[in-house]
Amino acid sequence: MRYLPLSDADRSEMLRVIGAASVDELFKDVPEEARLQGPIHGLPMHASELAVERHMTALSRKNMVAGDVPFFLGCGAYRHHVPASVDHIIQRGEFLTSYTPYQPEIAQGTLQMMFEFQTQVARLFGCEVANASMYDGSTAMWEAISMAHRITRKSKTIISSGVHPHYVSVARTMAKFTEDELHTALPELTACSDVERLIDGIDGGTSAVVVQYPDILGRIFDLAPIAEAAHAVGALLIAVVTEPVALGAIRSPGEMGADIVVGEGQSIGVGLQFGGPYVGLFACREKHVRQMPGRLAGETIDAESKRGFVLTLSTREQHIRREKATSNICTSSVLCALAFTAHLTLLGEKGLRQLASLNHARACEAADRLSGIPGVSLVNDNFFNEFTLKLPVEARPAVHAMVEKGVLGGVSLGRLYPGGDALKNGVVVAVTETVTDEDITALEAALKEVVR
Amino acid sequence: MTVNPSGWRPTTPANEQGEAQTVTGNLALMLEEPLIFEMDGGETTGVDFADVRNVATRLGNLERSRPIGLPGLSEPEAVRHYTRLSRQNYAIDLGLFPLGSCTMKHNPRLNEKVARLPGFADVHPLQPQETVQGALEVVNELAFWLLELTGMYGVAMSPKAGAHGELCGLLCIRAALEARGDKREVVLVPESAHGTNPATAAFAGYRVENIPATDAGRVNLAALKSRLAPDVAAVMITNPNTCGLFEPDMKAISDAVHAAGGFVYCDGANFNAIVGKVRPGDLGIDAMHINLHKTFSTPHGGGGPGSGPVVLSEALSPYGPLPFVAKYPDGSYKIVEEETAVDEHPSAFGRMVAFHGQMGMFTRALAYILSHGADGLKQVAEDSVLNANYILRSLEDVLDAPFAKSGPCMHEAIFSDRGFEGGVSTIDLAKALIDEGFHPMTMYFPLVVHGAMLVEPTETESKASLDQFIMAVRSIAQRAKSGDQSLKAAPVHAPRRRLDETLAARKPVLTFREPEAAQAAE
Repeated sequence: MRYLPLSDADRSEMLRVIGAASVDELFKDVPEEARLQGPIHGLPMHASELAVERHMTALSRKNMVAGDVPFFLGCGAYRHHVPASVDHIIQRGEFLTSYTPYQPEIAQGTLQMMFEFQTQVARLFGCEVANASMYDGSTAMWEAISMAHRITRKSKTIISSGVHPHYVSVARTMAKFTEDELHTALPELTACSDVERLIDGIDGGTSAVVVQYPDILGRIFDLAPIAEAAHAVGALLIAVVTEPVALGAIRSPGEMGADIVVGEGQSIGVGLQFGGPYVGLFACREKHVRQMPGRLAGETIDAESKRGFVLTLSTREQHIRREKATSNICTSSVLCALAFTAHLTLLGEKGLRQLASLNHARACEAADRLSGIPGVSLVNDNFFNEFTLKLPVEARPAVHAMVEKGVLGGVSLGRLYPGGDALKNGVVVAVTETVTDEDITALEAALKEVVR
Repeated sequence: MTVNPSGWRPTTPANEQGEAQTVTGNLALMLEEPLIFEMDGGETTGVDFADVRNVATRLGNLERSRPIGLPGLSEPEAVRHYTRLSRQNYAIDLGLFPLGSCTMKHNPRLNEKVARLPGFADVHPLQPQETVQGALEVVNELAFWLLELTGMYGVAMSPKAGAHGELCGLLCIRAALEARGDKREVVLVPESAHGTNPATAAFAGYRVENIPATDAGRVNLAALKSRLAPDVAAVMITNPNTCGLFEPDMKAISDAVHAAGGFVYCDGANFNAIVGKVRPGDLGIDAMHINLHKTFSTPHGGGGPGSGPVVLSEALSPYGPLPFVAKYPDGSYKIVEEETAVDEHPSAFGRMVAFHGQMGMFTRALAYILSHGADGLKQVAEDSVLNANYILRSLEDVLDAPFAKSGPCMHEAIFSDRGFEGGVSTIDLAKALIDEGFHPMTMYFPLVVHGAMLVEPTETESKASLDQFIMAVRSIAQRAKSGDQSLKAAPVHAPRRRLDETLAARKPVLTFREPEAAQAAE
């Protein structure tokens, strides 16, 4: 077996040193009746690299590849071009095959990268500090709600109807067990988000208000009035960003008064990967840092006064605090954070702004062309690279019908909000820099046919 | 203090010992690297874009008005930056990484290759299901083998890492208890448990109580039994445990917990020792997470991403979270999510993540399982246990091995710092190992052993590699026992000497500030 270096001669010699007659003797603590008799049922014997690659490739070919067709899906996962050097960097064995940097003297590479990542995320979100990553955006949002609860000692959270329904679903699941009170609502196919509902709902018992920016339908709105209303009663504003590329074009949530900003970092560096692994982003105010979940890299000096980095404020974490920790998170998503930080470093301020305006320009063009189709209307007044169309027919079958024409035309709201009848004609269309003129033409043609 | 010619903060002060110094701060292949924020060329970018056609924006008058403060590097600068940083890291690719309970084994490169096949890497999670049948088949095939390997009934694939899997398991237990109208409040956790166990129990809304260990490093069955009562929802056991020992009473523990109306959660972090040899389902376990990034060798990546599928007993399976993949008689696959769950999985406790879990880890883990096959996986367990026992028996005369008398260990060997003199302790031995070219073992964990050193070599180490490690530890252990004070200065050959963690925590600097801003903040 190619991954196992011991030879039979090694094994015999080692058993001799140990003083055991056979390897079975080493398993003597395992009661006889607990031992598996015979091989694992049905699993073939070991296979060559060629054979395994062949099997996996055959499975991969059963999927429609986003890059092979006109592709317009978003809703929390975006297809952007990732520079080749990013994948090269994350495949460096020293990053790929290292562990959480518990021994900082020989983990400065990971620690410095985390510190740079934290700084980039904080700046992008307009916050003072950020952590070294969470699992993904949806779990980061729940952690933010819990953190707000710890800070305010209140348990009512108002969630905007524009927050990704999966994220809301995760929060509702957790809230059932923590007895947090969540106020949620279904979105409406209108140009405006539910800012008034949020502001009206804030009262003395409110811990936090949660908004997504841009929201699930692609709408953008000023967060400052919500922040003001929340702060007036001591509540916090949590902003969720599922498409961080947008922040190359629009104001950051931190600038508008958000106290905790979380997000999904997938769209920078990570790729689609059928939903994971992704990377959760988490930023907040410095005064709240001791309530933050997750790993933090901090600057310090070594015994020779050289600058270096360590994992810090660990007294928040499970391996020190056990049941009193701020979160149970341990392994997070550092390699995806590396992809994020490397891609963002390659972009820089200039590249991110260019990328953002390219996305916006493409999306504007697509929105105009698609909303010109008879019966199809654009729901949004404003958007970044994603907008919602209202079709004259139910969107879910329309999306499937477009697949027949070789076009992945968007995410139907029927998929995201089963049972939400008022939403069933809506389809969310994302348009990134990877979309060509021909792609837009293909979508226009396909949509024209399926709504006829 | 040496002035750094590029103007970034000095990193190489004059060395009082008078060792050879360089003007750059570099020492041959050991290259100092500034932060990206100290290298910024202003308008530099490493990505070329087509010109943007001039269009009026529709950004709701929320255009960014201030600079973000993001540095940019050209491609050669960026590649060099990260390559230089990478060389300051220890990694499995470089040598033995014997972190106990972390299972740092070789990461096969085939797995990286298959995860990057466009049919897996370039597929959107919300694509219509008829366009992702291959992806769903991967999830289903991996789920099938995980069930075969564990002898369990159902599996929740979506948890993102081990601790997330623990949470999933406990929420299944809570949902099952609530479904029978049974409100229990306590989760029992052994003292030797990984910190995530009590943290997870608290996160799931339970009160945590410790159960003591016996002198032989096992769960104290009598103490456990005497605490079992109608308020105990679950017991969380790690098996093999964090002392590297199999819990021989596991079945008796499960039976006792079940008799008291509770459930048994098993932390599967140490599954590597028994994969292909013992099925947790045969031990009466109700839920167990599997760290794909341990046993099934998806890379750790410096702290994730991981993946923590949870196998479930028949009693708990109905409560497993959404979404999951179901296979239909016509051979097609479907994602059971909120809309279909009403009919097909009505008791699901909810959803743990957006989308469907760590696909990129599933492809790697499946390739790993198929590569090893039934014979290879069994050999994995046997070689990992053989390697650990070889280390145990080769070191027990120089290091105190508290449980060695009671018999063999499983896949990890535990030692204590008993017998070290002159104030020398575990951390000093660990740091001295760095100078010898090894990653240290897990230190000071589990808490039940004084100055614990938990060594998990894994099956992917050759005998020569183990022999060199043993030689290094023996030498350092002897110095520790003679109170050699020079150990306290170790490491001296690493990219950094010991770092001041107290300073880092007392005055946290978590983001880069321009030198002027940093000064103003002081």
